[in-house]
Amino acid sequence: MTPLDPITLTVIQNGLQQVCNEMDLAFSRSAFSPVISETHDRSDGIYHRDDGALIAQGEDGLPVFVGTMQDCCATVSERARDLKPGDVYIVNDPYLGGTHLMDVKFVKPFFYKGALFCWLANTGHWPDTGGAVPGGFSASATEVEQEGLRLPPVKLYKAGTIDEEILAIINSNIRIADQRIGDIKAQAAALTVGERRLTLLLDRYGADTVDRAIAEMRGRASRQMRAKIAAVPDGVYESTAIVDSDGVVNEPLTIALTLTIDGEEAHFDFSRSSPPCQGPMNSVIATTRSSVYLAMKHIYPDVAINAGTFEPLKVADPDGTFLYAKYPRPVSGCAAEVSQRIAEAVFAAMTKAVPDHLFAAPAGTSGNFSLGGTDPKTGRGYVCYLISGGGYGGHPNGDGLSNGCSTIGISKTTPIEVVEQRYPILYEEYALREGSGGAGAHRGGFGVRYKVRLRRGDARASFVMDHGRVGPQGALGGEDGAPNTVLVERGGESYVPEHLSKEQGIAITEGDAITVETPGGGGYGDPAKRDPALKAQDRLRGYYPD
Amino acid sequence: MSVQDRRSTARIVGVDVGGTFTDLVYLDAEIPGGLALAKVPTTLDNQAGGVMAALEAAGVDTALLDQIVHGTTTTTNALLERKVARTGLITTRGFRDVLELGRRTRPAPYGLTGGFEPLIPRELRLEVAERMDAEGEVLTPLDEAAVIAAAETLKAAGCEAIVIHFLHSYANPTHERRAAELVRAHWAEAEVTAGHAILSEFREYERGTTAAVNATVQPVLRRYLKRLTDRLSEGGYGRTLLVMQGNGGTISAKRAADQAVNTVMSGPASGVMAAAYTARAAGFENVLTYDMGGTSSDVGLIIDGIPSIHSELDLEYGMPIHVPMVDVHTIGAGGGSIASVDASDLLRVGPESAGAMPGPICYARGGTQPTITDANLVLGRLDPARLLSVDTPVSLEDVRSRIRETIGDPLGLSADNAAAAILRVANDRMAGAIRMVSLSKGHDPRDFVLFAFGGAGPLHATALARELAVPTVVVPARPGITNAIGCAVADLRHDFVNTLNAPLEALDIADVHALFAEQEAEGRALLEAEGVTLAGVEIRRSVDMQFLGQSHILQVPLDMAAPRLDDLDRLFAAAYWERFAVELPEIRPVLVNLHTAVLGHRPAVPLAQLAASDTRAATLDGARQTARPVWFEGAGWCETPVYRRETLPADAAFDGPAIVAQFDSTTVIEPGQSARLDPFGNLVITVPNPFGDAP
Repeated sequence: MTPLDPITLTVIQNGLQQVCNEMDLAFSRSAFSPVISETHDRSDGIYHRDDGALIAQGEDGLPVFVGTMQDCCATVSERARDLKPGDVYIVNDPYLGGTHLMDVKFVKPFFYKGALFCWLANTGHWPDTGGAVPGGFSASATEVEQEGLRLPPVKLYKAGTIDEEILAIINSNIRIADQRIGDIKAQAAALTVGERRLTLLLDRYGADTVDRAIAEMRGRASRQMRAKIAAVPDGVYESTAIVDSDGVVNEPLTIALTLTIDGEEAHFDFSRSSPPCQGPMNSVIATTRSSVYLAMKHIYPDVAINAGTFEPLKVADPDGTFLYAKYPRPVSGCAAEVSQRIAEAVFAAMTKAVPDHLFAAPAGTSGNFSLGGTDPKTGRGYVCYLISGGGYGGHPNGDGLSNGCSTIGISKTTPIEVVEQRYPILYEEYALREGSGGAGAHRGGFGVRYKVRLRRGDARASFVMDHGRVGPQGALGGEDGAPNTVLVERGGESYVPEHLSKEQGIAITEGDAITVETPGGGGYGDPAKRDPALKAQDRLRGYYPD
Repeated sequence: MSVQDRRSTARIVGVDVGGTFTDLVYLDAEIPGGLALAKVPTTLDNQAGGVMAALEAAGVDTALLDQIVHGTTTTTNALLERKVARTGLITTRGFRDVLELGRRTRPAPYGLTGGFEPLIPRELRLEVAERMDAEGEVLTPLDEAAVIAAAETLKAAGCEAIVIHFLHSYANPTHERRAAELVRAHWAEAEVTAGHAILSEFREYERGTTAAVNATVQPVLRRYLKRLTDRLSEGGYGRTLLVMQGNGGTISAKRAADQAVNTVMSGPASGVMAAAYTARAAGFENVLTYDMGGTSSDVGLIIDGIPSIHSELDLEYGMPIHVPMVDVHTIGAGGGSIASVDASDLLRVGPESAGAMPGPICYARGGTQPTITDANLVLGRLDPARLLSVDTPVSLEDVRSRIRETIGDPLGLSADNAAAAILRVANDRMAGAIRMVSLSKGHDPRDFVLFAFGGAGPLHATALARELAVPTVVVPARPGITNAIGCAVADLRHDFVNTLNAPLEALDIADVHALFAEQEAEGRALLEAEGVTLAGVEIRRSVDMQFLGQSHILQVPLDMAAPRLDDLDRLFAAAYWERFAVELPEIRPVLVNLHTAVLGHRPAVPLAQLAASDTRAATLDGARQTARPVWFEGAGWCETPVYRRETLPADAAFDGPAIVAQFDSTTVIEPGQSARLDPFGNLVITVPNPFGDAP
């Protein structure tokens, strides 16, 4: 076979990327839930027909879904029977290549000239999939059944028609079901857009040529990542990251990583980590792997993404640890929290290997905080779901960003004015958390301090955050960032939750308040070596109160 | 129009300051061929110098002019270079860091470095006690003494501008108004911006940053316009100077600085306005505009003759500007975009640019990396002898061998094929970006014409149209001064936005009617005060709507001043279907914002003057300057006639391949395409769809 000319290859690569970007756009433009439309907690991609391997993914998709969706597509491709054009599988089973139950995948076989050519798939974070608490982040679940409705791959659409019976089962098991149809239609319509665009691309270049281009791109991405790893000194680098607790047993969980750089390959061994936990901080293997991938992509953002990129990243199955959760371990905390701790362990190990290329640890918690109740003024039930950012670590070229997004996400926070319009709560403060950025030659960015008070009625508050025991790690002599804190004021008394960063179903009433302080980023380099002009500026701005 | 009016509006100058050149067009409706053009270097420190030089170069007697309309990059440049006024913030207690914290983002999806500095540093952000809730009810009264004390502190700290930004001021602006009044009363010289007066919409970070943008550039713009109007007055100009705004309309110089934020990005807006005006005259209502310059390209969308407006610009990371603006998307590909072979041995073009310095290799200013311009040169599309900006010429062979070394050898391609590959990849990426721009609004590029301008737009337009299956390309008579023409034709315009944010079922429609009436009255009053001759006033209304529970909004145009609730319901459902092909009768619609644009139409501008030329040849052969080999995708090298644009006969019609050269732009017509000149001097090129009529 003659090799593909490099120009056709580039153009086909751009074309496949464009198909994914158009799916991303279609999904978020028409999705109903703000968590998808505004905060882009979704991703769309193209996957190989044989093994579900990632071919291309939208540039604006949520990072943590990069690695998980190919595992999910692999499962679907193994189980699929009687495929017809227009079929769409729905699946959210964490153990079959997923994250937590709220991340619902649609997987559609794409046929070209009568033959299966590839899979088109997307993930969208649904605001609710049933379970013990609204929004799904149960801090004290001990079985996955308490976390919500679990769907194995089933055809929600059969030859283009929605299966009303499956839809009815779903709707009977989730909250605010009447709004979900808006997301379901948008999620399926995005795949239809992809189908149309991919057909045009294949018409133009031919299925054989596109197939060859896909294989070639996979090889090249693999070589690109191998070249990056080859530049890292061979050796064994160890690191740890701590999860505060599992939400049920108040003991820290340890992520212990042994990273071995061997020529062009990086081996990630997590086998020394804590055993499976009772509470929802277990991670399914797809999420564990994906967290490693996205961490490496943060370190080398210029590497192209497809299945080839991940080939030299060898993640051994950490059997017997909480990073390889099996049914029925609860997992709601894995997508947003444990994933970020895994990434932090990767950053810390890589900092030892290539200190000049890395950054100190970012805040690394999504700050999930949900509040559910009925507003007496309107008589309507509500679920208010807040996230928050924190400081990023200092890095070789400067200070860390303040209030950065979670490393596994790209979601913006909802404006205060929107939250106050929709829910009976009032912010008393939303401020830069002074002193939270770890000192360093390049200091960490700052976290946020906010305080919300319930204005009317009763509500239940739950939070799943992390980094309450220890702050994000400094690098090269930089200090750690400040840890996360939560303070509950209830009936005139204040308390710190037993698990520091996790608690479920706190009954609060009118006038009660909750204050959250998010972590600052780690400092980079010796604080004594900080530029005096920058020190003076920090003082002037009141970043570090005396 | 009366004779009196006609006399008073006959002589118009549009003058636009760009990054490199200041362009001017002078149109005189009363004299046949009443046209003068000028292109002079931009004077960066004080743009007035370039403006005066352009007037002089065009030989225009300033004293006799009826109207000067000016587009300036003063505010955009001040923001990008951070040469802004020292500004303080007075805000609600507990919220001074909103401007620094933003919405929890990072500059790029991957990579954890980078950041932004807020326009107002923390030490100049002060808090006072006051609080509204989302319904606009006062929870904490305004601490007036604290406002005065804060103003004193900021004055002492050397501020010259002040932002007043309170939570929920869109719902109830009384505290902001009172605070602004107090500051002005105690500190007469301060430039005071109250957030709600710039943007009466919810989202505290975006509204606050928009207000900060306004305040920080206000003194800068005011000083600049003062200098310019003084110079013009010295030249005898006695009329109102109009200034171009980002919304595509103009405002008098005396008011422009009050809402200085509105002049940001006015350059790209004027290009789109010129395109809309010119295309409409030529009979095209749905237009994709494509302006390709040295470092980037701007794409705009015109539907039914009206440029698409949005209000969600990020001028850069951490600088959202949410005032209504012509919706222009910038793509990181221009003539100076650099081609390279990446680590996985694939050809990349851009986003790195050689800019003007060192520029493309062929500029001979030290550039060594091949650019899109170099590829165009090697493939015969540009005439080496006439290439602009050449100080010391580099030989064609130098450029060719450099492309072969850096691109051809690593990829196993000849120099020609490497140059062709650069164009192919660049066009492919630009076409993709243009698709995203049109698709994001729910439109199919095939329903549009591509209106190409800027130095490099007409070089690439036909290839892009082919790639996008756009059937027609329009290249205006003077593609290199389109922005100046946009100034000359732009209307006066004032935009108003107010938030209601209520489900239709809970809405009192009388509130809607009252707000619309208020917005219109305010706009008409502002137009009255401008003292400019108008041919008419037009009111454009729209509403932003969403389904309950959504966060994104959809703009729905209204063709009525007093809609009924069921009108809103119906129009929203129709607009939603058009954009998303989704019907959601199950869910309740919400009216979020009311918009009114009040446009003062200026008397018609004699566009045909632009086509006037006393150098026209009698026949096509007479316009043919030369022929040279030019490379085309699919056809390879073809001996191609080169026509001089100004000598083309008024009824010229010809088939590609052809090159049409003019002073500051070159149009490429590919084999299989055909071109004709229309009565306004536009080149109208028909592009067959090579992929058939795919869905």
